[in-house]
Amino acid sequence: MPKPFLSIEQLTQQFPDGNGGTMTVFENATFGIEKGEFVCILGHSGCGKSTIMNILAGLAEPTSGVVKMDGFEVSGPSLDRGVVFQNYSLLPWLSALKNVTFGIKARYPLNSKQEITDQALEYLAMVGLEGDVVHRKPSQLSGGMRQRVSIARAFANHPKLLLLDEPFGALDALTRGTIQDELLKIWGQTEQTVFMITHDIDEAILLADRILLMTNGPLARVAESVEITIPRPRNRTEIVDHPNYYPIRNHLVQFLGHRSKELAGQPSNGEMQHPETVRIDKIKTDEAGGETPPLRSVGG
Amino acid sequence: MLDNLSQNQRAAILSVVLLLVGLLIWEASIPAQKAVGELTEYERLTGGGVPKAGVPPPSQVLVKAWEQLSNPFYDAGPNDKGIGIQIGYSIYRVLTGYILAALVAVPLGFLIGMSPVAHKALNPFIQVLRPISPLAWMPLALFIIQDSEASAIFVIFICSIWPMLINTAFGVSGVRQDWVNVARTHELSPLKTAITVILPAAAPTIVTGMRISIGIAWLVIVAAEMLVGGTGIGYYVWNEWNNLDLTSVIFSILMIGIVGMLLDAAFGALQRAVAFAE
Repeated sequence: MPKPFLSIEQLTQQFPDGNGGTMTVFENATFGIEKGEFVCILGHSGCGKSTIMNILAGLAEPTSGVVKMDGFEVSGPSLDRGVVFQNYSLLPWLSALKNVTFGIKARYPLNSKQEITDQALEYLAMVGLEGDVVHRKPSQLSGGMRQRVSIARAFANHPKLLLLDEPFGALDALTRGTIQDELLKIWGQTEQTVFMITHDIDEAILLADRILLMTNGPLARVAESVEITIPRPRNRTEIVDHPNYYPIRNHLVQFLGHRSKELAGQPSNGEMQHPETVRIDKIKTDEAGGETPPLRSVGG
Repeated sequence: MLDNLSQNQRAAILSVVLLLVGLLIWEASIPAQKAVGELTEYERLTGGGVPKAGVPPPSQVLVKAWEQLSNPFYDAGPNDKGIGIQIGYSIYRVLTGYILAALVAVPLGFLIGMSPVAHKALNPFIQVLRPISPLAWMPLALFIIQDSEASAIFVIFICSIWPMLINTAFGVSGVRQDWVNVARTHELSPLKTAITVILPAAAPTIVTGMRISIGIAWLVIVAAEMLVGGTGIGYYVWNEWNNLDLTSVIFSILMIGIVGMLLDAAFGALQRAVAFAE
């Protein structure tokens, strides 16, 4: 079996538990992400989602295990892995535009000022920020606008892997919807590989090609990989009518409600813990000769 | 009528009223000297006719101020220089000592702020040296440096270093981890991180320290110049006291206040320039 683009191999994270012992957050977690895939990870608080994210970003070191991207082991932060943090992490003394050029300058230090500014404006426009707004400081922007700037900064850098850590967690439901659409749009235009943490089941179904489900911690594991068998381009108002929507949603709800607890706390005994692939497809595929609808359709 | 005025206008009117009332009380409370002809024989015998040194009224101070400020840069020998020259000497000493202090305090503060080991190692020294009155260094400085001018500058250096050092260290260590993570995920070098992320993030705290320092330096220069003598506004005050010219003493006290206010205002402007809202 060929190695996936991003391969997480036997990742284990332990922390001191405060009583001289160790607390294992997750053990031997093993999974992969293909190039161009949009993968969401769902799980309860404390299962180690953010820890996995930080390890992928290179901001934290795992206790053991490796992360390989494009066949090379990942160590330390890198411009190849862009991060969008939950709290936006914009530099408050810079305008929206300067926050984006800050990233591009780091990525393409040899580009001219004009090129850098043009690129920043282009990506800000992709997330709906145009005109005078781009010259405002983050404190003068709403939460939604700040997260748009943060997303623009990440995409403008063309990272090989984009990590989104609950990017919409702090936003109200309406803003969240708009920015999800913008995220889908910009993702469709750039063919980024995206790994995203979320708490929101509907958001995950709308955005992801595949959802990884984590059991509760400690000793959490990535138990299932659920394929989202709803063709793209997706639209929040239309996908609910797709025959696969509610079966998938129910499966996820059941997992988070019951099975995440039942499956929790099982030591791995040193074995790799691959997630089990789950495919729910209610559409009769007979007429298409067993061919599944394409998971990704670019454009639109 | 006052209702139509803005808060600032009302405050300005009140300030002027308070000033005028204060000056009037001051003027009125100074007993007038009797002319020689009005004195009793006893008063004349006890020396009552000799002009008494007293606190001058504000009108005299104003006349003095006009006289001095209309020709601030005259130089008529070592003991008679214009107020502009004296203040110029003081500002020169303050800025020299202060800039030297900043050159040491800001980089050292960065080091202490970024390295917990450096912080723990240097903290005991800072805590012992900081509370020492800057003038206590003066004898040692005079002995070692053997130059009164340089000693005064050293005293300014030593008194202005601590607020800058402590505030820089505090500001740098308090930079939000998120912003440092932004620098890390953008693969910035440590130097670039320090300049483009940590410095602007810590700048408001650093400039607050600089503002406190310049205030202290201006307080200390007056006392230092009274000790080392020769030139400067502090020397001028003491010299006029020796001349028993209280009008000049009061005038120079006012000038010390005004220059101090201007220095503080300059750093206040700098503070606003580097401030950011989160």
